[in-house]
Order: sequence, then structure tokens, then C-alpha cells
Amino acid sequence: MATPRFPLWEVFIRSRTGLAHRHVGSLHAVDATSALDAARDLFTRRNEGVSIWVVPSASLVASDPGDKAMMFDPASDKIYRHPTFYEVPDEVGHM
Amino acid sequence: MHLLLKFIDFCKIVSYFSGLNLKDVAMYTQGLTHEPEAAVHAVGDEAALTRFQARIDGEQRIEPNDAMPAAYRRTLVRQISQHAHSEIVGMLPEGNWITRAPTLRRKVALLAKVQDECGHGLYLYAAAETLDATREQLYDDLLAGKARYSSIFNYPTPTWADIGAIGWLVDGAALMNQIPLCRCSYGPYARAMIRVCKEESFHQRQGYEIMLTLARGTPAQQRMAQDALNRWWWPCLMMFGPPDGESQHSDTSTLWKIKRFSNDELRQKFIDATVPQAHFLGLTIPDAALRFDEATGHWQHGAIDWEEFRQVLAGNGPCNNERMAARRKAHDEGAWVREAALAHASKQAKRAA
Repeated sequence: MATPRFPLWEVFIRSRTGLAHRHVGSLHAVDATSALDAARDLFTRRNEGVSIWVVPSASLVASDPGDKAMMFDPASDKIYRHPTFYEVPDEVGHM
Repeated sequence: MHLLLKFIDFCKIVSYFSGLNLKDVAMYTQGLTHEPEAAVHAVGDEAALTRFQARIDGEQRIEPNDAMPAAYRRTLVRQISQHAHSEIVGMLPEGNWITRAPTLRRKVALLAKVQDECGHGLYLYAAAETLDATREQLYDDLLAGKARYSSIFNYPTPTWADIGAIGWLVDGAALMNQIPLCRCSYGPYARAMIRVCKEESFHQRQGYEIMLTLARGTPAQQRMAQDALNRWWWPCLMMFGPPDGESQHSDTSTLWKIKRFSNDELRQKFIDATVPQAHFLGLTIPDAALRFDEATGHWQHGAIDWEEFRQVLAGNGPCNNERMAARRKAHDEGAWVREAALAHASKQAKRAA
């Protein structure tokens, strides 16, 4: 018999309070509770975190890499959005 | 006791998705074996291939949804899944000693190590799945004997010194291979390897510490350490794969920056690092031809018995049948757990709806 399929979950861990949750990997589990349990055992065996999020992978909406140019290139010629675009004389000091 | 309970708990959870079973617990990795590789130009679109190669040459990482040649995808699925299978099958030789570890200190370390190997297998399966392989297909291929795992795990662990030798030599050899994989061109594989290498660093040290204790022990313990080195040395050198020139897909793997060093280069690094460690233990490397070449600064080794390597890969190693039987048994015996977990989840979902 073929092995039955379990849903895929994405795991995010907050390494310590004050930091954002960060994607660490994915795992299979039948439901949210077992996904959390498995995430604890798989990703936090050495005090790697203080909080875990698990999200069904099917719920993620991602940009298409094929749309990279359309999505992100327009930002690259707008250098006036960065502080270094503006001249401030040295005498003024740090700003 | 608390640790052991936690471990049992972990195994139960892991068994849902890996088909593992407590009886299987044991060790670890490396497993780049060799099958014929489809020609690169079978990919078709030359322009796409050129663009892909330019990204690789520019040291850009390739991510799951990016365009990639079919052969790149196939090579990675094969390599990552073999690597994952190696971690999982690799738990068996060491699991053999968990209940008989000589002290509590050794037992908790071995438990933690075997638990890590399981986790490494799971990180790697997840990386392979980003290439559209399914977890279930990967397991089924292993259990059907279609997929390979590292030749090294088909050797037995008859004495406690073998646990020291595996940590020191097998994990040492695997680390040589895995550290460059942290810079592999495929993002999910490289990221998995970073986690693996970080966790793996204690494995080699715990193995060497076991060897050191035996080497400083009674004459019987010293003989046991030497015997383990004698049996593991050559199979460890074989772990790096066939000599350069005979390896069938090193060329494309190097071109695509999946592989950063050749088999022979990695093997040499391992020998150069390990020989002085053996000498410190007062042990003798079982190679009469071994000598230090002043001119190159490298240790030169004698001829490797590649026929033995081929035989082990062909399924004729000392433990091939035993390993596969153990994996199949664990998978079969875990079937009801997987079914029950799915049934429970679907019942809960219906109730909530």
C-alpha cells in the first residue's frame, strides 16, 4: 500500500522575545496540534526558540518568481527613497 | 528518565511522518552514490540553459519556483533523497547500542545523536520535496529498494568501540562532505545543510571522546578501539565515492555548483585531518602503504578495494538485507499509527465544521 499523504506545514520560530518569527523549515502533520508538537521536537532541541507558528503550506500566497522584474525592478531606480540620495554638509553633523 | 521519555515522545511524533519506530533508533549520513546521469543538453532550450548557468556562475542561489533544467532537478532529488535516506538508515547501526551504552553519560549523548540524525533526515526530505518529489514517493522508493543510501551503513556495529569509530570517522567523513554543501547552489539544500552541520559538530567530538577513553583504558579496551578503526577505516574512505575520473556525474554537479570539491579532494582532506588524530590515540591506521609526503604535505594512502564498494552498493554488504528489513518492518508497523492519526484529524475537522 502506498504511504498516505499528510498535509505540509511551514514552521516559524521566534528565537527570543523582541525578535520576529522566522521561517525555519517545513514538516508533515495531520493537524495543527501535531504540527506544533513535531515542530518543537524537530526545530527546538537546543533552545532555538521561545515561540512557534505553524501555517498550512497550502495557505501561503507567494509572488511568482517569473514576475520578479515587474514586481521589484521599479524600486531599483528610485534612489531618492534612500537617505544617501540627499546631500547634507559635513558641518551639520550626523542626521 | 525524563530525557528517555522525551525521546520516546519524539519518536512517536516522528513515526507519524517517517514511519520510524523506537526499535530503529540509531545514526547518520552521507550518501552520494552513482547512477547514470541524463545528458545536460537533453534539457532542450539552450538559451534557458545559458541563463541558468549564468545565475549559477554569478553565485546566485536557485530557489524552488525558479526555472531550472530538468536534469538539475533530477540530480538534486536523487542526491538529497539519498542523503535523507542515509540519515534515516544511519540511525540503525548506532541504535544497536542505545540500550547497552556503558554509562548514563554515554547513553544520553547517543540518544541525542540518534535523535539528531532523524531530524537531519526530515530536514532533507523537506528540501527534496521543494523539487516536487513527494515524501511518500521518497519513502516508497527506499522501501522498494529503488533508492540508495550511503554504503557505510551496511557495516555492522558488533562492539561499543564501533560507536566511537562511527562518531569520529563516519561523522568526520560526512562533515567533510557536508560543510561544502552549505554553499550548494540550491537554496533549500544549502539551508538544510547549515542546520545539519551546526548540530553535527558534537557528534564527531563525542565519538572521539569514546575512542580516547578506550585508548587510555585496559589493553582489552585498546584492542577493541584498534579493531574498530581497522574495520571502519577503509569503508570510510569509500564514503567519498569513486576516484575522480570514474565518477559519473561529478562534471555536471561541479558545473552546477552542487558539488564544490571532488571525491578525491575531500577524501584527502579527511585523511590529512584524521591520521594525526589516530596517532594521538596511539592507534595504527590499517594501511601499510600510508606515508607522509613531505613535498605535498599530504598523507598518501594505499589502494582502496573498489570491488568491495561496488559489492556493498549492489546490495551485497554485510548488513544490506538487515537494514532494509528493519526499515520495512518499522514502516509496516507504523501504518496503523499513520491511519489512526489521519482518521482522528478528519473526525476533528468534521466536528469543528
